[in-house]
Amino acid sequence: MENVIPYRLQIIAIILALCFMFFIFRLIAKGKLREEYSFIWITCTGLLLLFSFWRNGLDVIAKLLGIFYAPSLIFLGAIFAIVIFLVHLSVVNSKQHTQIKDLAQEMAILKKKLEENEKLYSNAKID
Amino acid sequence: MKSKLKVALIIPCFNEEESIPGLFAEIKNTRFSEHVSVTPVFINDCSKDNSKQILLNHTIEFIDLPVNLGIGGAVQTGFKYALREGYDVAVQMDGDGQHPPSELQKILDLIINNEADVVIGSRYLTKEGFQSSSLRRAGINYFKWLNKKLVGVTIFDSTSGYRALNKKALKIVADYYPDEYPEPEAIILYALHNLKIKEVPVTMRERQGGSSSIKTYKTVYYMFKVTLGTIFLYIRLKFNGKRYTL
Repeated sequence: MENVIPYRLQIIAIILALCFMFFIFRLIAKGKLREEYSFIWITCTGLLLLFSFWRNGLDVIAKLLGIFYAPSLIFLGAIFAIVIFLVHLSVVNSKQHTQIKDLAQEMAILKKKLEENEKLYSNAKID
Repeated sequence: MKSKLKVALIIPCFNEEESIPGLFAEIKNTRFSEHVSVTPVFINDCSKDNSKQILLNHTIEFIDLPVNLGIGGAVQTGFKYALREGYDVAVQMDGDGQHPPSELQKILDLIINNEADVVIGSRYLTKEGFQSSSLRRAGINYFKWLNKKLVGVTIFDSTSGYRALNKKALKIVADYYPDEYPEPEAIILYALHNLKIKEVPVTMRERQGGSSSIKTYKTVYYMFKVTLGTIFLYIRLKFNGKRYTL
């Protein structure tokens, strides 16, 4: 089968994938991206790299799955991955919501206790 | 001789500067039976008006939340506080003056006599006082039906926020309490923990100031949110064991 993708495009794809990978690693190294969230991004860069080297990969997989128009596989896979990741972010968000609520409550109660203690202390000093 | 029951009167306030001084004075002037000692604890839910300054000026005991948590989170702060400070009973009361302190004794009596774990002050048992709009009442009838279907308890005024909880109930709500529009959902929570819920008729007033947390245009969202919350809480407690963990 003849290659549809010209070499120039392949080289650009590989460079972009490597740049993306470098960017992700830098974020992790700097501590701006937590390891548990970086997992999904490392997998993504891996896939990008894989398909930029394996030129016929998309066609092969599409044929295996019985998909007639191979590029639609990209959309299917990408949209599916995005939806899953968005749900994951919502879960993280909900968890943080509860944690922030608990922290705020804890802080408010402690603040009240602290003020009471300060009052007691200053009264004792006057006596 | 029985020792006095310590009662924490939890009053969440969000922009209630107009009603706080009046409400506080009213609580101070209300005579309660010799079996209880009532301590009002205001919860300032990060009000944008002068509520905090007014609370300070009147030397009212209050808890000051650093961020706005909404009614559920604010009330729960009070529950947690009451439980830690060793109160026997916690009563939640709206900060807008809808719930007259003079009716508090009626609600407390059922807890004092061990007749119920949770007592709800209801404005629909007798048709006295402020009765609210027909739309609101249609919603309340719907919740009555929903609660009956799910847990077999009939509560006439499931949106009433005038409630007393004993220690057993306090332990549950300190662990989990719904955030937004918590009242109807909380009934499911109590019922599935096998708490005894009772309603007593109280006369409510029209709000003295501020605005309701439930606005007309939000009614659809309210119904949807509460229905969803109620059903999922039911499923969670029914099938995942009683304790709530996240």
